[in-house]
Amino acid sequence: MFTFVPRDKVSKNWVIVGPLVSIFFTIFFGLLIFTFLGYDPLETLYQVFMSPFSRIDRISDIFVKACPLIIIGCGLMLCFRANIWNIGAEGQFIMGALLAGSFALLFPDVETKFLLLIMLVIGFIGGALWAFIPAILKTKLNVNEILVSLMLVYVAMLFIDFIVRGPLRDPMSFGFPLTKPYPEGALINKIPFPGIGFLGQLHYGILIILLLIPLSWIFINKTLGGFKITVLGSAPKASKFAGFKENSITTTVLLLSGGLAGVAGVVEVSANMGQLQPEVSFGYGFTAIIVAFLGRLNPVGIFFAGITIATVKLGADNAQMAMGIPKVVTGLFEGILLFFLLTGETLQKYQIKWNKVK
Amino acid sequence: MIKFCMRIFSLFALSASVFMLLVSSSFASGHGGTTKVGFVYLTTPGDHGWTYAHELGKQMVEKRFGKDVKISVVENVPEGPDATRVIRELAKQGNEIIFTTSFGYMEPTLKVAKEFPNIKFEHITGYKRSKNLATGNIRFYEGRYIQGVVAGLMTKTNKIGYIGAYPIAEVIMGINAFAQGLRSVNKDATISVIWANTWYDPVKEADAAKVHIAEGADILAQHTDSPAMLQIAEKKGALGFGQSTDMSAFAPKAQLFASVNNWGPYYIKKIEQLRNKKWSTGDGPDHWAGNVWGGLDADMLTISKFQNMPGDVAKKAQKAVNDVKTGKVNIFAGPLVDNTGKEIIPAGKTLDDGALWGMNYYLKGVNGKIPG
Amino acid sequence: MDALILTIIATSIPLLLAAIGELISEKSGVLNLGVEGMMLSGAVGALGAVLWLGNPYFGILAGGLSGIFMASIFSIFTINFMTNQVATGLGLTIFATGLTGLAGAPLVGKTIPSLPKIEIFLLSDIPMIGNILFKQDLIAYLSIAIIIFATYFLKYTKPGIVLRAVGDDHHSAHSIGYSVKKIRWFATCFGGMCAGIGGAYIPLVLTPHWSEGMTAGRGWIALALVVFASWIPWRIIVGALIFGGITIAQLVGQARGWPIPSQILSMMPYLATIIALTMISGRMSKNKSIVPASLGKPFVDSQ
Repeated sequence: MFTFVPRDKVSKNWVIVGPLVSIFFTIFFGLLIFTFLGYDPLETLYQVFMSPFSRIDRISDIFVKACPLIIIGCGLMLCFRANIWNIGAEGQFIMGALLAGSFALLFPDVETKFLLLIMLVIGFIGGALWAFIPAILKTKLNVNEILVSLMLVYVAMLFIDFIVRGPLRDPMSFGFPLTKPYPEGALINKIPFPGIGFLGQLHYGILIILLLIPLSWIFINKTLGGFKITVLGSAPKASKFAGFKENSITTTVLLLSGGLAGVAGVVEVSANMGQLQPEVSFGYGFTAIIVAFLGRLNPVGIFFAGITIATVKLGADNAQMAMGIPKVVTGLFEGILLFFLLTGETLQKYQIKWNKVK
Repeated sequence: MIKFCMRIFSLFALSASVFMLLVSSSFASGHGGTTKVGFVYLTTPGDHGWTYAHELGKQMVEKRFGKDVKISVVENVPEGPDATRVIRELAKQGNEIIFTTSFGYMEPTLKVAKEFPNIKFEHITGYKRSKNLATGNIRFYEGRYIQGVVAGLMTKTNKIGYIGAYPIAEVIMGINAFAQGLRSVNKDATISVIWANTWYDPVKEADAAKVHIAEGADILAQHTDSPAMLQIAEKKGALGFGQSTDMSAFAPKAQLFASVNNWGPYYIKKIEQLRNKKWSTGDGPDHWAGNVWGGLDADMLTISKFQNMPGDVAKKAQKAVNDVKTGKVNIFAGPLVDNTGKEIIPAGKTLDDGALWGMNYYLKGVNGKIPG
Repeated sequence: MDALILTIIATSIPLLLAAIGELISEKSGVLNLGVEGMMLSGAVGALGAVLWLGNPYFGILAGGLSGIFMASIFSIFTINFMTNQVATGLGLTIFATGLTGLAGAPLVGKTIPSLPKIEIFLLSDIPMIGNILFKQDLIAYLSIAIIIFATYFLKYTKPGIVLRAVGDDHHSAHSIGYSVKKIRWFATCFGGMCAGIGGAYIPLVLTPHWSEGMTAGRGWIALALVVFASWIPWRIIVGALIFGGITIAQLVGQARGWPIPSQILSMMPYLATIIALTMISGRMSKNKSIVPASLGKPFVDSQ
C-alpha cells in the first residue's frame, strides 16, 4: 500500500501536473461511463469540455456563469485561509440580493447614476450582516460557525420566499411570486461590442472580477492584514504569540466573505434577472466552496477553478442539446471531476510513498 | 512537454471551432423539409406530472411529423439566467420554434425573443407576449370543476382535502372551480386547503395528504406534481384525483380520474402553422394568460377513465364534462358569493377570463383565507 | 390525534436515521455533507431491490448497502486521499444525484408493496400508546435500536471511546496506536448505512415510488439535527420529532385556518438549532467544546 508524506513546499511541477493527472483520470472514467451508456465518448467529451469554447459568445457565457462563483470564491478564500469555515455563502448571497433589491424597489427615484452603486454597498452590508451572526456567536460564545452559517442559509431561503410572495409581490403578476421589475438604474447592462453587438449575456458586472482578483491577490500577499489571516489559519499558535487578535480577524474575514457573497447576489440579480424571485441563487454559494478549494485558496486559482466549473456546466447543457445526453449523466461526470480535482490538490501537498505489502 | 500539450490542445480547439462553424452554417442555409424545434423543460420528464405531460406532447409531435421535425430538448433548466442562456443557445442552433414549458421562463423567453425576431417562441402559462412570442395555456380549472362534481357525489364525510402548490391565481381559480362543481351537487361539503409551498416534494405532499385524512377528509385533490397524495389515499382507503397525467398506476383503487394536460394538439397546430408560414401569436385579449387558452372543448384538457365510482356517478360526471364542453354550464356564472359572504357577481352575470386571473378570494364552500 | 402523531413519527424517521449516522461519523471527526446524496442512493437502492426481489425487507438491506457504497467513495477521497471534507461532501451529493437519477430511470413509474407494520404482542393493545408506538414497521423499531446502541456504544464500550478520542484529537489517538483511518472508515460507513436506510424509508413506507431528487433536502435537515442534538444520541429523537412536529403542525394549521405564514413556521427549526447550539456552546466553552475537536480536519498519518 501507500501513504502520503507532506512536501516541504508545494511542488511547482505538481501545480501543473496535478490538474492534468486529475483530468486524465476524469476523462478515463468519463470514457468508460459514456461508452457503457451507449453515447459516443469522444463526442461527449468534446461537448462537455470544448464546445463551450467553440464560439466567442459561448466563451462570454462561461464568464457570466463563473462571475458569481469567482466573487463568492474570493471571499471564501479569506475565511478558509484563516481556518474559518463559512459554508453559508448561499444565504449571504440571498440576503445581499434581497436587501439591495428591496431598496431599489422601494426607492426607485434615487438618482439613477448612483442607484446601482448604492445597491452594491447595501448588498455588501446585507451579506456581511448575515455573516456577522456566525461571527459574533463564534467570537463571543465559541459557537461552531460551520453549522450556524449553514442553518442561516435555510432561514434566508425562507425569508426571501416570504418577502417575494408577500410584501414585495408585484400586484400585476396574477399572484405569481415575482416583484416588480427593477427600475432602469438598478440594472447592470450588457456590454456592447462595436460591430458585433452583445456577446451572450456578457455584462459590466464582469469588471468586478477583473478588479477583485488583483486586489485580493495584493491583499493576501502584500498586506499585513492578509499575512495575519494566513498565519492564523496555518499556525494559530504563532499567531497568538505575535499578538494578532484572533477574534477581530475572525470577524473581519466573515464580514468580508459575507459582503462579497452579497455583492455577487446584487450583480447576479441586476444583470441577469432584473427582479426578485423566490429562487435567486441556484446553489452558487455551495458551488463557490468547491471553487475556492479547487483554486487552492488563491485568487488566480479561483479564477481558473470558476472557469472550469462554469465550462462543465455549460458543456453539460450543450451535450444535452447536441446529443440528448440527460443531465443526470453529466451530473455524475461532474461529481467524478470534482473528486479527482480535489485529489489532485492532495498530490500537490503530499508525496506518495509506496510501502511494501506486508 | 507542457508546451507540446498546449499546442495539441489549441490545434484541437481550432479544428473544433472550424467544425462547429461548418455545422452551424449548414443549418442556417435552408433545411429542406425539416423544421427544427426546441423544448425547454423544468425537470427530468420522469413518468408523471407537469413535465411528463409536455414530454407526451413532444412525442405526439414526433409521431405526427416524423422526419420532418428535428427536436432538441433541454431538461432540468433552472428558472433564472441559465434559462436565458439555454433558450438563446437553442435559437442560435437554428431551432425555428422554441417551446419553453414553465412559468418561470417568462422573462428569459421574452429577452431572447427580442434578440431573435425571426424565430418563433412559445411560452407556456405566461402572460407577457411580443410579436414573435406567443403564450399558450390550458383551462385546468375545467377539470377541477368535474373533480368537484365527482367529489360532491362520492364524499361521505363532506370534507374535501385540497393540496395546492402556491397561492397563485391559476391554483386559486382551480380551487374555486372545484368548489363550484362540489356545490352544484352537494351543498354541505366543504374544502380545506393546505399549501405545500412547493410544486414537488413527495414526502411533504404525502404528509399533507395524511393530515387531510386525519382531519376527516375522504376525498383528496391536488395541484402539486407527485403521485404521493394518491399513494397515501390508496393506503388509507381514501379517494382522489390525478394531476397532469393519468396516475392510476400508482393508485389503482384510489384514483377516481385524472385531469390530463394534453399539449400535443397545441404543439402540432403551432408547428403546422409555422411550416405553412401561417404562424401567429393569435389574438387573445391582453389581460389573461394565454393567446391560446384551451380547455375540454379544445381537447387540450382531457379526462381519464372514470373509475372506482358507481355507474350513476360516472354518468353524472360525464354529463358535466359534456355540459362544460358545449358551454351549457358556465362554471363561474353568478350569483357568486365568496366565503365571507361578500357578493362577487349577481345572478345573470358571469366572470370573464380577466376576472379569473384576478381571483384573490375563495368562493363559498372553501374554508379559510388565502395566505399572503 | 393518533393519526397526526403517527404522521409526525413517520416523517421524522428518515431524519432521525440520517442524523444518528452523521452523529457517529462526526464523533470520529468526519464531517460528511453528502448525507443528501447517501439518502438518495438508499432510496433508489431500496426500491430497486424490492422490485427485483419482491420482498420489502430486502429494501432495508439494499438501502443500507447503497448508503455504505456512497460513504466508502467519500472515505476513499477524504480519508485516504485527504481531500477537503466540506468540498468532497458537496461533490458527493452532486455525484449521487447524477448516479441515482441514472440508476433510477428504469424504476420510474413503478410502485412497490410497503413495509408491513409489526404489532408487538400485548404491548400493541395498550390504548393510545400501543397504537402509536407498538404498531410500527421494522425500520422504525430499528431506528430506536440504533439510537440505544449508539448511546451505549459511545459511552460504555472501548471502541466507542476510541472513536470519540479519534474525533477529539487524532494525533494523540494515533500516537497511542489506534488506526485513525480505519476507525474513520468504519464511522463514515456506519453513517452511510444509516442515511441509506433513512432514504430507503421514503419509498418503502412514505411514498412507494421513485423520482429524481425525492429526498428534497432532508439530508441537510439531518445535518442540522446533529447540531441541535449537541452530539448526544437520544436528543436526536427529540430533535427529529420537533422538526417533524413543526412540519406537520404547519400543515394542520393551514387545514384548520391558523393565520401564521408557513415560511415563518418553517424557519423555526433552523432558528431553534442555532439557539440550541448557542446555549450549549455558551455553557460548554468554559470547560471544553462539545463539538468534536478534529471535526473536518484531514489526518495525515506520517506526521
